[in-house]
Amino acid sequence: MALDKFQIAERIAQEVKDGYYVNLGIGIPTLVANFVREDISVEFQSENGILGMGPFPWEGEEDADLINAGKQTITALPGAAYFDSAMSFSMIRGRHVDLTILGAMEVAQNGDIANWKIPGKMVKGMGGAMDLVASADRIIVAMTHTNKAGDSKLLSSCTLPLTGVGCVKKIVTDLAVLEVRDNAFHLVERAPGVTIKEIQQATQGVLVVPSEVPEMLK
Amino acid sequence: MINKTVKNVAEACAGVKSGMTLMLGGFGLCGIPECAISELQRLGVDQLTCISNNAGVDDFGLGLLLQTRQIKTMIASYVGENAEFERQMLSGELEVQLIPQGTLAQRCQAAQSGIPAFYTPAGYGTEVGEGKESREFNGKMHLLEHAFVADFSFVKAWKGDSAGNLIFKGTARNFNPNMCGAAKITVAEVEELVPVGTLDPNQIHIPGIFVQRIFQGTDYQKRIEQRTVRSKQHGA
Repeated sequence: MALDKFQIAERIAQEVKDGYYVNLGIGIPTLVANFVREDISVEFQSENGILGMGPFPWEGEEDADLINAGKQTITALPGAAYFDSAMSFSMIRGRHVDLTILGAMEVAQNGDIANWKIPGKMVKGMGGAMDLVASADRIIVAMTHTNKAGDSKLLSSCTLPLTGVGCVKKIVTDLAVLEVRDNAFHLVERAPGVTIKEIQQATQGVLVVPSEVPEMLK
Repeated sequence: MINKTVKNVAEACAGVKSGMTLMLGGFGLCGIPECAISELQRLGVDQLTCISNNAGVDDFGLGLLLQTRQIKTMIASYVGENAEFERQMLSGELEVQLIPQGTLAQRCQAAQSGIPAFYTPAGYGTEVGEGKESREFNGKMHLLEHAFVADFSFVKAWKGDSAGNLIFKGTARNFNPNMCGAAKITVAEVEELVPVGTLDPNQIHIPGIFVQRIFQGTDYQKRIEQRTVRSKQHGA
């Protein structure tokens, strides 16, 4: 069974380690915060200017002066800090943020990522994505393995305008966990009940399949 | 103390002319200079180049100046959630320059700091890097990006005093501090204007030297773009 978006987020949460500062992109990445183990210390950074971001507020406690990068109302945890946009990107560009989790439209086997523009369609902009992928040491992409038309999003080379070059190291999709290195996708884990053949069929780029591919652990 | 106080928003916006380049603080609708935007609409100045992270929504923020076709060029990192913007962009009425958010912030900061240009890795190898000077540092490629040059900077703060010292609140801080002193004239509007000596100097985010005019804003709407609250299931 392919994972749903909550299960993708749950699997990615296992990659979040004690002491990490983490930037979460919009969409599935935002959900990761729900599944991080409670016995570790992690701080979430939102590039609009908060470190120590907490959950959404209870109804009636929304504050117009307190939002995340998706413009959603949020809360601040004890120990949180606010800062300006230049300082925010000093944290990102200066590699003080340990882990970046973001969505993508395409990832190439050399680690290129495309997630901001589809030619011929309204372009909304890259926001902070280009800064994030250009500087982060650890980038995990959260996405479905194929697009709505059924075409693979794991490609030999990206067809869409790039967001960053050679930067993605790990991908968690609804079908599998993959590492990106040596110009290939390396299959690490498969979703429960998903066969290697299904993953091969959904992957257009070079896929390296080791002799043992365990199912994802909950 | 040098008194930066002006009577009202009209006085604060004196000298803004058609064709000028303006910086406007805010992220989405959070921390935008609401009063200045309304006044710019009332003044009817057009052919403006606006530097702001976003372009508002259809009926608020910079969306108001789009409705009245006052903006010629929009420089932003993300411009979704605005149908009129989309229409003008696709029809070619509006010129749009999309740049990475960190680069946008740093181009403001550089202008404030008197740094004419800087190198950043953001956008290297993408269309953002096309035609730009690039250079390798420590084995990694970077793009040369230039400080903005602007006529007016409009920022919004939570509290300020008549010396122009500013304190921001929550994530309404965002681009506002970086735009202070980044244009020829910086206009700060505040929710609460207090007498000199009231603010603790330890708590000032932006010293008054970066601000030329300050005024007490009125009738703040402080709209929430994406009201999101916790639910029992998958809350957070």
